[in-house]
Amino acid sequence: MLIKTVDLWKTYTVGTETIHAVQGVSVEIEKGEYVAIMGPSGSGKSTLMNLIGCLDSPTRGEYHLNGRRVSAMSDDELAYIRNKEIGFVFQTFNLLPRASALHNVELPLIYNGTSSGERIRKAKEALKTVDLEDRMTHRPNELSGGQRQRVALARALVNNPALILADEPTGNLDTATGAEIMELFGRLHREGNTIIIVTHERDIAIYADRIFYLRDGKVEKEEDVRHIKNSGN
Amino acid sequence: MRLSGFTESLLIAFGTFRTHKMRSFLTILGVLIGVACIIGMVSIIKGLDKSMAGQIESLGSNVIYVSKFKPGIQMGRRSEEERNRKGITFEDAVAVRENCPAVEAVSPQNYYHRPGGNYAKYRNIEVTRPSFFGTIPDYEVVNNSFVVEGRFITDADVKFRAYVCILGYDVAKTLFENLDPVGKKILVNGDRFTVVGVMEKKEELLGSGHANNFVLIPYDTFTKIHPEEKELALAVKARSPELIPAAIDQITELLRRRRGVPYDKPDDFAVFTQENLMDMYKQLTGIIYLAMIVISSIGLLVGGVGVMNIMLVSVTERTREIGIRKAIGAKRKDILWQFLIEASSLSGIGGVLGIILGLLFAQLVALVSPLPAAVPLLWVLIGFGFSVGVALIFGIYPAYRASKLNPIECLHYE
Ligand SMILES: Nc1ncnc2c1ncn2[C@@H]1O[C@H](COP(=O)(O)OP(=O)(O)OP(=O)(O)O)[C@@H](O)[C@H]1O
Ligand SMILES: [Mg+2]
Repeated sequence: MLIKTVDLWKTYTVGTETIHAVQGVSVEIEKGEYVAIMGPSGSGKSTLMNLIGCLDSPTRGEYHLNGRRVSAMSDDELAYIRNKEIGFVFQTFNLLPRASALHNVELPLIYNGTSSGERIRKAKEALKTVDLEDRMTHRPNELSGGQRQRVALARALVNNPALILADEPTGNLDTATGAEIMELFGRLHREGNTIIIVTHERDIAIYADRIFYLRDGKVEKEEDVRHIKNSGN
Repeated sequence: MRLSGFTESLLIAFGTFRTHKMRSFLTILGVLIGVACIIGMVSIIKGLDKSMAGQIESLGSNVIYVSKFKPGIQMGRRSEEERNRKGITFEDAVAVRENCPAVEAVSPQNYYHRPGGNYAKYRNIEVTRPSFFGTIPDYEVVNNSFVVEGRFITDADVKFRAYVCILGYDVAKTLFENLDPVGKKILVNGDRFTVVGVMEKKEELLGSGHANNFVLIPYDTFTKIHPEEKELALAVKARSPELIPAAIDQITELLRRRRGVPYDKPDDFAVFTQENLMDMYKQLTGIIYLAMIVISSIGLLVGGVGVMNIMLVSVTERTREIGIRKAIGAKRKDILWQFLIEASSLSGIGGVLGIILGLLFAQLVALVSPLPAAVPLLWVLIGFGFSVGVALIFGIYPAYRASKLNPIECLHYE
């Protein structure tokens, strides 16, 4: 079992109001799975993703990643897990604007002390995986949206993480470019990566094996969609 | 911190300077001014110190001075006892030479201060405010200062009260330029003297202009002209540098006896050496150092506040970047160091430029004024250390704030 959450809660307090963004989510995800999370706006998809991605700590409940109890870890331990075990892809790309594509991809390696030669080799390899070898020296503002997202994906891949998370990775892209990115995720999945993506669109979600439907911070429904993909959709 | 993180931080820092040239420059300027102040002032003080040391060597280290008062700046009114002090007499000088075994030679020097200043005149050329004193042939060996032209005064000159004089180097240069002064007649305060010799050039004490600006005549000639002048200064040469303390003791004991100082009262005269003068000088420069450190500290403080301000701005501006870095695995200390390195390289650049500017400034001052300048190597390091230290102290708060930020909040920051 790669991911196991037990009664996960995330509660925000804004002024006097308490918002339960995630309310008792218990899910299990195997290594090598491809999972999509769907749900209406404000249903807690991003919040759950941030918890799974160790960007945030739950208010209550337990989270085990790869056998380690992440829910009890300190900031720096979480930083280490994010660096080693998780590759995150954001809707808004979140690249460093003044750094080249290559340097952006190198970044996670800088924070785990990889030597510079090794770093460049790995970063180039990751950029090759997303078919961007010819854009290595470009800065994000010199790249198209789809290319930026592929740089972000290369950055997520470069450390060979146990888990790739993507929060609406196609949200800022047009349909064709989005489909390209989804093909890329599909390929990565076939190569053995575990992937979780958040999306609004069912067309995107059915690239996955399983869909979790979230409503008001709870898992409302779970659907196996392997048959749809296999039926050649 | 890992090397990869360090070089990354340096790259980020220089990237920031490139994108924010003006404000980086202003921040650097703040530190630069503080450091330049320190280095400039220290250079000049060090230069003074060095010339002082040269001075002392040229005076001969085994010279002891005896006078009614200790030299130095008189603060406030002298005490009753001080005002009633008797002068040192020629008989005292003789007694010191005769009765102190550690003493090799004594040079009594009797000075005259004309109201409005002494003058020396050759034809229509005049030298203003030379010191004017009578002494004996031992002056040369005691003061380790010798004639370069002509001859010094002799025992016969003293005995027969000859109207001959020896000129300080500057006086000779001013009055005679390229002429040979020996044998020329000059007027000093209205009396006519024949120049018989010129003294070698002595190093100036703190650029006061007195070391080479004097006219010296035979002792007895002087007392004939100024019988009213009874206060002498004695320069005493010990038989060897090791015997200076013994000589001081012997002189002190002898003078106390001669002047009838009760055993339980302090000396009513002063016996001191060049080293004493050096100590006093050091005390004085100590005060200057202190004042300088205070002034420069204020300068550096202002620079530090500038660094802190810019770092706070930088942290706020780059909240999103911090979020990205944290999201992909930067630890607290990575972020902390990133901003500390940015602050210290800003400040360090200011430090280096400040050092260069300070040194140039001191050289410039040395060029256009009599003040000397030296390169204070230790202070160059201290100045650099200060600038980086200031950055660390003032940068730590913004950096700490950045390191504590929550990655999610940073990523949502607009
Ligand atoms: N930092 C926060 N402070 C307070 N409330 C928050 C915070 N982050 C999220 N929320 C609230 O938690 C709830 C879930 O938000 P979340 O971003 O997870 O929704 P989402 O499912 O990702 O929505 P969308 O599809 O619009 O991205 C929302 O009601 C939101 O207002
Ligand atoms: Mg969301």
